[in-house]
Amino acid sequence: MTAVAPGRQHRLSHASLVAGLAVAPAVVLLALLLFGPALAVAVFSLTDWQIGASSFRFLGLANYQALFADRIFWTSLVNTVIYVVIVVPGTVGLGLVVALLIEAQPSLRGFYRAAHFLPVMSTMAAMAIVWGTMLHPTIGLVNRMLAEFGIPATNWLRDPRTVLPALAVIGIWQGFGFAMVLFVAGLKSVPQSLYDAAAIDGADRALDRLRVVTLPMLGPVTMFVLILTATRAFEVFDTVRVLTQGGPNFASDVLLYRLYTESFDFLRTGYGAALTVVYLVIVVLLTLTQARVLDRRVHYT
Amino acid sequence: MSGIALSAVAKSHGATPVLRGISLDIRDGEFLTLVGPSGCGKSTLLRIIAGLDAQDSGAVVIGGRVVDGLRPKDRDVAMVFQAYALYPHMSVFDNMALPLRMRRLSGAQRLPLVGALSPGRRPIEEGIRHEVEETAALLDIGHLLSRKPGQLSGGQRQRVALGRAMVRHPAVFLMDEPLSNLDAKLRVQMRAEITALHRRLGSTFVFVTHDQAEAMTMSDRVAVMMAGELIQVGAPDELYADPRDMRVAEFIGSPKINVVPAAALDQGTRAAMAAVPGASALAFRPEAADICAPAAGVLAGSITGVENLGADIFLHVAARPAHSQGALPLIVRVAPSGRRFAVGDVVGVNPDPARVLQFDAGGRRLKARERVAA
Ligand SMILES: Nc1ncnc2c1ncn2[C@@H]1O[C@H](COP(=O)(O)OP(=O)(O)OP(=O)(O)O)[C@@H](O)[C@H]1O
Ligand SMILES: [Mg+2]
Repeated sequence: MTAVAPGRQHRLSHASLVAGLAVAPAVVLLALLLFGPALAVAVFSLTDWQIGASSFRFLGLANYQALFADRIFWTSLVNTVIYVVIVVPGTVGLGLVVALLIEAQPSLRGFYRAAHFLPVMSTMAAMAIVWGTMLHPTIGLVNRMLAEFGIPATNWLRDPRTVLPALAVIGIWQGFGFAMVLFVAGLKSVPQSLYDAAAIDGADRALDRLRVVTLPMLGPVTMFVLILTATRAFEVFDTVRVLTQGGPNFASDVLLYRLYTESFDFLRTGYGAALTVVYLVIVVLLTLTQARVLDRRVHYT
Repeated sequence: MSGIALSAVAKSHGATPVLRGISLDIRDGEFLTLVGPSGCGKSTLLRIIAGLDAQDSGAVVIGGRVVDGLRPKDRDVAMVFQAYALYPHMSVFDNMALPLRMRRLSGAQRLPLVGALSPGRRPIEEGIRHEVEETAALLDIGHLLSRKPGQLSGGQRQRVALGRAMVRHPAVFLMDEPLSNLDAKLRVQMRAEITALHRRLGSTFVFVTHDQAEAMTMSDRVAVMMAGELIQVGAPDELYADPRDMRVAEFIGSPKINVVPAAALDQGTRAAMAAVPGASALAFRPEAADICAPAAGVLAGSITGVENLGADIFLHVAARPAHSQGALPLIVRVAPSGRRFAVGDVVGVNPDPARVLQFDAGGRRLKARERVAA
């Protein structure tokens, strides 16, 4: 053994110690905040535990059997999917159209951008109350405006046929600003020379430019916005909680709201945990798809 | 038929003038190169000819027709861009087919899914396929038609960009530094290919470059631009031998022309170089001087570098004229068969007085009286 070796070893272990210390907070936080609770929820989902109870029994998969046999669970799942199916194309489409309009109109660009981004920055729970008054059947702004055109009043949030679309419109209103900002950033990165080439090649009308250059070049951004919007739409809760409480007759019940009521209103913690696990599985699947799609997304260079 | 006539074309960006009244006649079928330092307005002028930008004043005539206000697609021009500007999401075939599809298919027929069903599209597509394949074969990219631009080398992308321009047989080709993204060897090869293409197609080519070697080797005529103005238009050898402006003399030719300020010379040296009254700079090409013994030379100095190119050797000499503050760098060509030179040798430089170009303080060329008389 030379005199150098211990020193080197000392340095090595020192380095790994520093590395260990550096990642430790992340590891601890990850375990504490993510894996721990997820594991706990998974365990609870196999028991009959209730919040505050001092003991519990293991039930096996009984909670899951109950869940899948529950008509209301399926209703809330279908409602969530319908909500997502309306909100995602609506948000992405509106975000894209507004981004294109903003970019086509150079003056006041900053103002428009800020104005459309405001809903994103606002608290949804507070905004939901504003929407609640706007959609009020008698004094609400929406019905009054429709009345101007002779359209009869609708009780938007109390009618099982309109409640989901109404919530979806609020969701779109809240989310399209974010999509718009991402699209504006994407539009900025489309090289001008492609538009020049398109003009020479004869694709110089707005729709041709859109088809030949803009939309394809926005492909990767669109994919990102789609998945982001889908994930956010899947988490819809605040508006349902504030405006409809899942009603009328479960017509606007969604997964997260179901989870909330089962766990905290009815205190069926084990059942709620099973629901949470199902929800987590769906979200993880969505996230994995996102990661894969983003990895494989076309790199145009 | 399809010459280009520019008359007093001017353009400013805000308060900065970019083009200051460019007038230029480009003959039908001519290969004209626009050359000049970076930022002098070459691209701007080309974009105005293409119709991508509008001039502030002046007129552009293509093929006898005033095209001001016409859109690019209606001007019968094609353009090749510096960075190729191929559509990255389309195959090579689709890139080349686009100009034809935009012209021959109706709006409905071009729609993504519906269009494929529309009657009458099949035969048009057949024709387009045929023409694209023909052009691709000509450029030797037939085997690349199904690839995306991202899967091609720089030279191949360049050919695709050329193909997209060629496929609809435009009367005028506009090329904005199309070779600047290629490595040196490929650039020389593509130069030859583009000139061959020009001969074969017989269309009018306007080629922008800031590389004087490209300008000299490819063109019928070269237009030298500086700071938004055309300073001289002429055949390459004419610009080289008979530059009308100091900036042209300095821009054209490699290695650069030797410039000796008249103020740095004593009376005898000036006379030996046949300086005319009013000359403020005397310039001579590397091949317009001889190396001799230090005492016999009009100028003398020590060799600072020997550049052996095989066929030619260029000697870099740090001359020390009488009234010069520091050393004056000169480059002189010598034949490789003659005497061998080494760095540090002191030599004399003897410019041929008949080939010394003289410029006044404003950089304008002054002609020697005796040569004017001769
Ligand atoms: N949009 C613009 N706004 C302001 N100035 C501009 C704009 N576009 C170009 N210019 C200016 O116009 C001048 C000419 O530009 P241009 O692109 O024609 O130069 P160029 O000769 O093609 O140069 P290079 O060899 O670098 O391509 C430059 O000084 C440039 O700064
Ligand atoms: Mg340029």
